[in-house]
This record gives sequence, C-alpha cells and structure tokens, in this order.
Amino acid sequence: MSLWEYANPRRFMAVTDRWMPWVFGAAAFCLCTGLVWGFFFTPADFRQGESVKIIYLHVPAAMMAINAWAMMLVASLIWLIRRHHVSALAAKAAAPVGVTMTLIALATGAIWGQPIWGTWWVWDPRLTSFLILFLFYLGYIALWAAIEDPDTAADLTSVLCLVGSVFAILSRYAALFWNQGLHQGASLSMDAEENVSDVFYFPLLMSIAGFVLLFVALVLMRTRTEIRARRLYALSLRERMS
Amino acid sequence: MIALLLRDIRLAVRAGGGFGLALAFFLIVTTLVPFGVGPQNATLALIAPGILWLGALLACLLSLDRIFATDFEDGSLDLLATAPIPLEGVVAIKALAHWLTTGLPLTLVAPFLGVLLNLPGPGYYWITLTLAFGTPALSMIGAFGAALTVGLKRGGLLMSILVLPLYVPTLIFGAETVRRGTEGLATGTPLALLGGITLGAVALLPFAAAAALRVNLR
Repeated sequence: MSLWEYANPRRFMAVTDRWMPWVFGAAAFCLCTGLVWGFFFTPADFRQGESVKIIYLHVPAAMMAINAWAMMLVASLIWLIRRHHVSALAAKAAAPVGVTMTLIALATGAIWGQPIWGTWWVWDPRLTSFLILFLFYLGYIALWAAIEDPDTAADLTSVLCLVGSVFAILSRYAALFWNQGLHQGASLSMDAEENVSDVFYFPLLMSIAGFVLLFVALVLMRTRTEIRARRLYALSLRERMS
Repeated sequence: MIALLLRDIRLAVRAGGGFGLALAFFLIVTTLVPFGVGPQNATLALIAPGILWLGALLACLLSLDRIFATDFEDGSLDLLATAPIPLEGVVAIKALAHWLTTGLPLTLVAPFLGVLLNLPGPGYYWITLTLAFGTPALSMIGAFGAALTVGLKRGGLLMSILVLPLYVPTLIFGAETVRRGTEGLATGTPLALLGGITLGAVALLPFAAAAALRVNLR
C-alpha cells in the first residue's frame, strides 16, 4: 500500500468521498472550540487588552498562507516529476485558499495594528513579505486562468511555482535587510526562551489545528471539483470528436 | 551562438524593435516625477535613486515581449528549438542581447537623468554601478517571464504581473546600495547580494525559461 495509489483519480475520489465529512467535522470542531475558548474564556492581556484575541485568527491564517504555498510547491514538484494529474489539480485548488489566508492575515494584522501600533500599515519586513506573497499568489492564479490547455497550464504554473518559491524566500530576506520592523518575533517556537503564556497558547494551538484541517478540507473539496470539471472537459471533447 | 547574438542585436536596433523606445520611456518617466511630487530639489534628491531604479526597471519590463514573441510568431523559435545549440543557450543569448540593447543603454543614460532629479554627488557613481550589476538580472528574469507567456494572445499585462514580484529583491538591493552610497555608509553587503542575485539568475533561470519554452512549443 503506497501513497501513490491515491494518484489514481478514481481511487482518490473514492477515498476522499469517505473522508470528507470527517475532515470537515474535525475542522468545524477544532475551529469552534479554539475560537470560542480563545474569545470568551481567556483573560485580556494586561497591556493590549481585549485586542489580543485577534491572535486566534491572525496567527493560524498567516501560518496557513505560507504552508499553502509550500504545499503547492510539493504538488508542483510531484506533477513535474511523476506527472500525476491529481497533484497538479491539488496545486491549482490550493491557490485560492492560500490567497484567502494571506488576505485574512493581512486584514486582521491591519485591524490589530491600528490600536496597538497606532497605524494600519507599516513597511515592516513581515508585512512587506506577506504583501509580496499575495502578489505571487495573484500571478500564479492569473497564469492558470490564462492558459486554455490544462496540461500546458499545469506545466507552466509548476515552473512558475518553483521559481517563485526561490524568489519569495529571497524577497523575505531582502525585506528583512531593507527595513527594521515593528512586528514582534516568533513567540510560538519550540526552542524559544520566551513564548506566549499557556493561557493563550492552548486555545491558539486548537485554532491552528482548526485552520489546518479547514485548509485540508477545502483543498480536498476543490480538488474533487477540479477532477469532475476535468472529466466533463474530456467528455465534451469526446462528444465533439464523434 | 555569436551569429544568433548579432542577429538579435541587429533586429532590435534596425527593424523598429524599440531600441530607442526604452530609453525614451525612461526619460519620460523621469520627467513626469517632478510633476507628481513637486519641483523642490531636496525632495527630488531624496527620491532620485529610487525613481531611477524604478524607471529603468519599468523600461526593461516594457521591452521584454520582443525577446521571444516575434520569433514565436514567425516560427523562427521552432527552428531555434531544433537547432544544434541547446535551448538553454538560446535563452541565455537572447537575454544577453536584450541586456545589450536595453539594460546597458539604460545604465549609461541613468547618470544624465540623475542631473534632472538633482541626484547628490556620490549617487552618480553608485547608480551607474548598481544598474550595471542589476540590469542583467532584470533581463534574465524578464526572459523567464516572456518564456512563460509567449504562447498567450494578450500576454503583456499578465507578464508584468508575473515578472514584477520577481524583480523585488533586485530592486531592494539595488536601490539600497545607492541610498547607502549616497549617504556615505558601507555598501559592501547589498552590492554583493545584488551581484549574487544577478549571478544566480544567469546561472539557473535559463533552465527554467527553456523548460517553459519547450512546453509552449509542444
């Protein structure tokens, strides 16, 4: 039993058909628990007051924005190397979810920054690199939309994803070099000396799990839609041929 | 390969290939800036390095479509793909031709446009040096973008959306070097990083661009 069996679209559809309710259910459970716990059952921060609670949306969305791109990178590599169509379609399906996560992170960050920093936007390295990541997503989605032939589109977007990943990382460190930031450093790392307090940490973990599961559920659902759309496309081609 | 280089340069210079157009565009952008931000010399001196870099970058971007598009339309790109030299080499040579007819002239006129923007004294040296270091990367990244969009009907706008985010690191390090140089700070690090991006782009992107071309010629 190998992972590559799920590269067969029929098998993928059969298995995900059984998984979908469970993944969606788990996502809903984790998100509801995490957010309700975070919003209503944690104390206010002594300096930031109640505004600290936006962390339960901001941090998971930001993490998923980056992880979605990483997942697209892996899926693109699998498509380029092993030519599994499901992989290319999964990368296509993940892009709009990723861009939404980026947008959520940028928007909640602005709403959080207004009371705490006194400004909606600063050219901080983290904020800047997220804006650039947003632009990369837009270019990737636009390229998918512009090309008619599905295999050509999958090939070209995969190459773009590989090159884009290198340049996204370069831009991240270039922005770090370019300007000093207001944004705080990492405070959830395993190896950090000082992390956020446990009171905030556990609901945040729950919320992160919810976002991960939500991402998986949405990508699976969108991939299934793409596979069905591809079948329709093949059927209509066959119809026209005969 | 030298024959291909000479052919591309000749096409760019003679056949209305827009050799002078990029320079004219650069001049116009530089002329428009003072209308937008006001004629105070202090303000202009402050933003001059950034404006010169942005102008050169946009002028470079607008001339990218001629790298592959005309050859794709008249079929000579198919011939080049079946030629004995590897497609990666063709891409590199075409990017070099683009740099010689766009990036190099832009670098040479940038100091003169700096006069219009009241660029401070040491800035002339730094703007020429960083553009000379950075514009090859702009041509090479642009060749990749052009290779991705060569088969599309209206690829121009899409190409700028794809290429401009890729230009971010080059622009940051280029403009940062000029800013530091003008203020008399140490410039070694950003200049080395700018050179590193150029060398990395020239070494790796021909392979990505050739892969994209092969897909588009399929």
